[in-house]
Amino acid sequence: MEMPKPDDGVIARRHEIAAALRSIVPGEGVIVDEEALRPYESDGLTAYKTLPLIVVLPETTAQVSEILRYCHENAVKVVPRGAGTSLSGGALPLADGIILGLGKFKKILEIDYDNRCAVVQPGVTNLGITDAVRADGFYYAPDPSSQIACTIGGNIAENSGGVHCLKYGLTTNNVLGLEIVMIDGEIVRIGGKHLDSEGYDMLGLLTGSEGLLGVVTEVTVRLLRAPETARAVLVGFPSNEAAGSCVAGVIGAGIIPGGMEMMDRPAIAAAEAFVEAGYPLDVEALLIVELDGPEIEVDFLIAAVEDVAKENGAVSLRVSNSEEERARFWAGRKAAFPAIGRISPDYYCMDGTIPRSQLPRVLSRMTELSETYGLRVANVFHAGDGNLHPLILYDANKPGELEKTEEFGSEILKLCVAVGGVLTGEHGVGVEKRDLMDTMFSKEDLNQQQRVKCVFDPKSLLNPGKVFPELHRCAELGRVHIRRGKMRFPDLPRF
Amino acid sequence: MSTILKPENVDQVRDAVAWAAAEETPLDLIGGGSKRAIGRPGNAAHTLDLSALAGITLYESEELVLSAGPGTPIADVHAALAEQNQELAFEPPDYGPLFGQSVGTGTLGGIIAANLAGPRRIKAGAARDHFLGFSAISGRGEVFKSGGRVVKNVTGYDLSKILAGSWGTLGAMTQVTVKVLPAAAKTRTVLVFGCGGRAATAAMTRALQSPYEVSAAAWLPQSLAGRSDVGYIKDAGASVTAIRVEGPGPSVEYRCGALRTQLAEFGTTEELHGHNSGAFWSEIRDVRPFAMAGDARAVWKISVPPQSGAPLASSFVETLGGEVFLDWGGGLVWLAVSVDTDHGHIRTAVSAAGGHATLIRAPAELRATIPVFQPLDPGLAKLSKRLKESFDPRGVLNPGRMYAGI
Ligand SMILES: Cc1cc2nc3c(=O)[nH]c(=O)nc-3n(C[C@H](O)[C@H](O)[C@H](O)COP(=O)(O)OP(=O)(O)OC[C@H]3O[C@@H](n4cnc5c(N)ncnc54)[C@H](O)[C@@H]3O)c2cc1C
Repeated sequence: MEMPKPDDGVIARRHEIAAALRSIVPGEGVIVDEEALRPYESDGLTAYKTLPLIVVLPETTAQVSEILRYCHENAVKVVPRGAGTSLSGGALPLADGIILGLGKFKKILEIDYDNRCAVVQPGVTNLGITDAVRADGFYYAPDPSSQIACTIGGNIAENSGGVHCLKYGLTTNNVLGLEIVMIDGEIVRIGGKHLDSEGYDMLGLLTGSEGLLGVVTEVTVRLLRAPETARAVLVGFPSNEAAGSCVAGVIGAGIIPGGMEMMDRPAIAAAEAFVEAGYPLDVEALLIVELDGPEIEVDFLIAAVEDVAKENGAVSLRVSNSEEERARFWAGRKAAFPAIGRISPDYYCMDGTIPRSQLPRVLSRMTELSETYGLRVANVFHAGDGNLHPLILYDANKPGELEKTEEFGSEILKLCVAVGGVLTGEHGVGVEKRDLMDTMFSKEDLNQQQRVKCVFDPKSLLNPGKVFPELHRCAELGRVHIRRGKMRFPDLPRF
Repeated sequence: MSTILKPENVDQVRDAVAWAAAEETPLDLIGGGSKRAIGRPGNAAHTLDLSALAGITLYESEELVLSAGPGTPIADVHAALAEQNQELAFEPPDYGPLFGQSVGTGTLGGIIAANLAGPRRIKAGAARDHFLGFSAISGRGEVFKSGGRVVKNVTGYDLSKILAGSWGTLGAMTQVTVKVLPAAAKTRTVLVFGCGGRAATAAMTRALQSPYEVSAAAWLPQSLAGRSDVGYIKDAGASVTAIRVEGPGPSVEYRCGALRTQLAEFGTTEELHGHNSGAFWSEIRDVRPFAMAGDARAVWKISVPPQSGAPLASSFVETLGGEVFLDWGGGLVWLAVSVDTDHGHIRTAVSAAGGHATLIRAPAELRATIPVFQPLDPGLAKLSKRLKESFDPRGVLNPGRMYAGI
């Protein structure tokens, strides 16, 4: 994985740039000291590290605007950063670029229950929003497992999902408005407390744009009333196929559960050893199906799910009977990543989506690859929506093992694409999957995406080196080469 | 002289667009033509009719996805989904009757290009929220795609979002993939009689803040209720506030009962069951109260914060003598006004409330004189223009349909 070659000219101007930034953000908000820069050298994808040129931590939209205008005029690259939990290297610094940290944008600006929304600053954590409204019976639906730490700004940039997104949608389905600052410092407001956009859906385009199009400085999210109750069913299966067909059966029965998660044997073992959730250890696959709503509905659906599970050869089945028990069922799943972290020096988390019917094929091919590469792999799976998280276990201290892991990871993602799926379901392309984009997209597809980038950031200063394998100059992309069709296309039906 | 080009495959669409780009001659893109009278009137010499790119190419009910040509009649999609007890959760409206056309002329591509949604918008989202991926021909005459055929995907920019609601100005779609969902087993609608717009909004807000998973909330004043084909509504002799719940039988009965109790303080309540409920919500979805008026007044569709809908609506009735009804819990105002009313006033009031207004139905002369879509702030206007240029540098795809120069 190569990043664009740093510009020595910019690096040489480090002190001058820092001084300019200090005139915008006084005091502690500009970091140049190497020790203090260290915590910013990587994000959640710790395999890649680079010390940024400078870190700047503004507190107001006006400051963000001035910083960006300065960077734009002086050709300094900018990497926006929330909490740095990205698993695709989205917030990986550049040696010749500043980190623009939104960590100080921590205010909840408005809670408006009557319009069922909240206006928050981008550094508010995902869980922070729900915490602010929980006592009144509301919540913010998308719930990435990193929700204690990750910021809503980062969620917007990555279009993050969570275990409840099959029923309640991803970030993009739960956002109403944004304030963004463009690379030239211009402040643009999109949407508000109303539905749908006037003109093009910039809100939808900005969401999931991985910090490449603009810096988010304010977010309006939808609030939902919390369901009256939720219960979970824990079902063990003798094979991944059986678990997979149970998932299909549940959806086939017309049920969209609040959450539907699957773990394979290695993941079950690691999670159980870590949190003692009470998972059966003699099964090949475990499903957690959560049903939420009024009690009468939950009871009704649980009975239906139990029937489907039995029809599909479930060998163990437990229904949570209290909030504590439901939390325990989830504890293992929610701690799956750290649990794997305990049994291996390092792990690498992948994030492909596949048509669910391809699950058995993908898992058995993964087992073969695991043997070929001599690396263990555990799987957690947002089963309802086909989003697979294979965790490859490796040891970064063993020479060559990271490279081998990356190669194994690429093979898995290519396999996802080959069976009709995609490279990433929720973690983003970042630097990690950048070089695989051409397995999914043609040159024309990627060119059109990059033209969109040029619309927002013609000098390519915002988070360059992420998402796109090759940076084309905007002028070149903008040129029009029309391949003139056959004149008047004689074979085209006309009336 | 106007020609209609009717390509039958992707190559032919590409040839047609490449030819138009080379000649710099604009194309007027249509599917079924049901929404042709929406938007700024165009003067394209050529029509690109995409209705031959029809047919469902993939439908995997258990994967919750369906792919089809953009010209596929929406009615065909409904029929295929109904066989598996599924549906398009965003309740695609049929505005045909509002324009004096028959029902069922819309296509899947048209619904997406217009990013429409019915009453379930508040719970399930609009077409954009269910639009997973597409292939299209850009104004450069190039085939490009975005998204995929799985329900969860963040690979690359989400171009599906901007194609949805772009009214054919960014690409001629040749294939689309949408998310489909199970249809609810049971539906009931709680009716509350006799509320004015503001009280109705309070009732709808109460319902939407409840844990009863309300899937639609609308309000009809008495005069419009009288135009309904559903007896309970027509004969109400009062305004009607309607709250819908859907789901498994026992749950729907419970929630319907709970809502009736909670809403009793707002007025007498009644409930609609399956058939009547379905008929009523399709009237709201398709703007039937105005279609049935059988006149040619201008019709505005106004999206605002839910609490702002009723005050705006009543001010329009007072100052412009318009007729109104509310959907989306108060956040959607449908307004019918005389063609020669002060339309500028509507724009100003909506902007002040923080939202947007679209002139859905009006004679071409009016649509040529006043903005049809909400005028954009300078920053967004600039971005929109550049975005258009990046997809369609020669301006051949429905130029000016949304905004002049776009
Ligand atoms: C243990 C663990 C579990 C996780 N579980 C999930 C999960 O269940 N679902 C899921 O979707 N993800 C998950 N993630 C991934 C990650 O938490 C999400 O991608 C999250 O949204 C990142 O938020 P952040 O604030 O940490 O952003 P960062 O990591 O700081 O940044 C992520 C990207 O967003 C950009 N960015 C950040 N803030 C802004 C802003 N204000 N304006 C513009 N761009 C900005 C950055 O440039 C970068 O490209 C998990 C990560 C970990 C470590």
